Amino acid sequence: MERLLAILKNMHPDVDFSGDQDLIADGILDSLDIVTLITEINAEFDVSIPAEEILPENFNSAKAIYNLIARLDEE
Amino acid sequence: MQFASLSFILFAAITVLLYYTVPKKRQWWILLAASYLFYFAAGASYLLFILYTTLVTYLTARVLQKHADREDAYVRENRETLSQDARKAYRAMGKKRRFRILICGLILGFGLLAVIKYTAFALSGVNGILRLFTTAELSIPNLLLPLGISFYTFQSMGYLIDVCRKKCRAEQNIAKLALFVSYFPQLIQGPISRFSSLGEQLFVEHCFNGEEFRAGMLRVAWGFFKKLVVADTVAQGVKVLIAESGDFQGIYVFLLILLYSIQIYGDFTGGIDITIGLSRMLGIKLAENFDRPFSSTSTKEYWRRWHITMGSWFTDYVFYPLSVCKPMQKLSKSSRARLGEKLGKRIPVYLATIVTWFLTGLWHGAGWNFIVWGLLNCLVILVSQELTPLYHRFHARFPRLVVSAPWIHWQMIRTFLLMGLIRSLDCYRDVPKTFRLWGSMFTVFNAGELFHGGLTAFGLTVADWAVVLVGVLVIWQVSRIGKDKPFCDRIAKKPILCTALLCMTVFVVLVFGAYGIGYDASQFIYNQF
Repeated sequence: MERLLAILKNMHPDVDFSGDQDLIADGILDSLDIVTLITEINAEFDVSIPAEEILPENFNSAKAIYNLIARLDEE
Repeated sequence: MQFASLSFILFAAITVLLYYTVPKKRQWWILLAASYLFYFAAGASYLLFILYTTLVTYLTARVLQKHADREDAYVRENRETLSQDARKAYRAMGKKRRFRILICGLILGFGLLAVIKYTAFALSGVNGILRLFTTAELSIPNLLLPLGISFYTFQSMGYLIDVCRKKCRAEQNIAKLALFVSYFPQLIQGPISRFSSLGEQLFVEHCFNGEEFRAGMLRVAWGFFKKLVVADTVAQGVKVLIAESGDFQGIYVFLLILLYSIQIYGDFTGGIDITIGLSRMLGIKLAENFDRPFSSTSTKEYWRRWHITMGSWFTDYVFYPLSVCKPMQKLSKSSRARLGEKLGKRIPVYLATIVTWFLTGLWHGAGWNFIVWGLLNCLVILVSQELTPLYHRFHARFPRLVVSAPWIHWQMIRTFLLMGLIRSLDCYRDVPKTFRLWGSMFTVFNAGELFHGGLTAFGLTVADWAVVLVGVLVIWQVSRIGKDKPFCDRIAKKPILCTALLCMTVFVVLVFGAYGIGYDASQFIYNQF
């Protein structure tokens, strides 16, 4: 989780990602951010996130993103 | 049959009446019959194209579903004997197979659109190259462009991708799928709906709901106000400014940017209001296509608020798959190694953004002006992305300024003008000419003419200006009121007020609308896309 938080913090230094925000609905993460994030996750966690998993519910908070990584890693 | 016509109002009224009088189980049949009748009235030959798209979509989706069901059944039945790796490999193989089927469906679906819409453009490009070497030229066929083909093709292909991704199940009844593809209120200018949200609504039974019906009627009337009173009044001036662009340079180009922004907003959002309003009268809720776009403070925000369903289509079905596909991720790894961490990670994102905007431009029309329009939007977005660290520093340095009303209004005006400037490529339809006219804003100083009859020199009378200015103020105010909850929803709760407002809107449209003898009942701008 720390590694993920570090990636997110690097993208948006002004946002506290440890809380329960609505990152998509509040417009904190846009489509460019999401793709940049996926590229970073791919490099850091060696997990590829397919396009069909790019859903608001999977990217709405740091916890949701972490759960997605864990699920894809298990699958 | 045009939306802004008496025949359409009569057609819609009969459809609504029949819809609520037939047994509820048969309501969707009325919609299907009305949709095909509407399309037949637009051009009998158009039916062939929509039938082709329906058939291709239906068959491909059924094959995809069959494969997906077979995969699921196999995994379910062999859950205990299959190892995790074997299950993973089987799933990956199934996904590949479905992907190949999807590609065939997409080629067949988009192929028709490509041939009809882009053959002439491609051939004229080839002729341009040929002219460099020889005098021989290829003849350019004059192909018929069926009404709304871009919209229903994109909606159908989106459905295919969703079935392939297992986001929705393939529809088994071809007549039901035909309705999803051809649903007449949204057939000619969107919004581009998803099967998961529209499909179910089209086929379930709908009881008459007075409040929804009133909200829908008011929204339709509001759409006619925007289209006939504001957009079509402005259109008369815009037409002259474009046709006689040689005489109208300098300040008139700036004026065109303002007026065309008003026209396209009134025209497109007005059409969508009619579509969404009519659907609400039928008990169907369509996705909103606009969210106060002219109050955006950046280009990125503008594109989240303008033509939302098209934007999300390109994001979900082009930008994301392209950015995260394996070759792009490989490219990311290699570019990081070669170009460094910072620049390397941007390559796939920027490449996918360029391709997406190129295709968005091409979707709007077969012409270099549309392609340049798309790429300029892309350029602005990428430049602002690159400048993000600078913005962050500026925000940290001036925290009070960046949240102040004057600053926010400046950002809104800047975004409005920038988007308007790029949009004017759509008016002149000639890239070098557009660039020359943009240049004239800085070389021809004729602003003084506006105070000496210039404002009424291109077809707009003083009365037209008054109608447009009041119309714009009313639209702005209604949009402000509807910021949190749509204006029509607020009013629909009060039947007397709603009826009074409806009568008043109809009266205003009848008195001030640009129609009648000598009026060229212009199509909605987005019909041609």
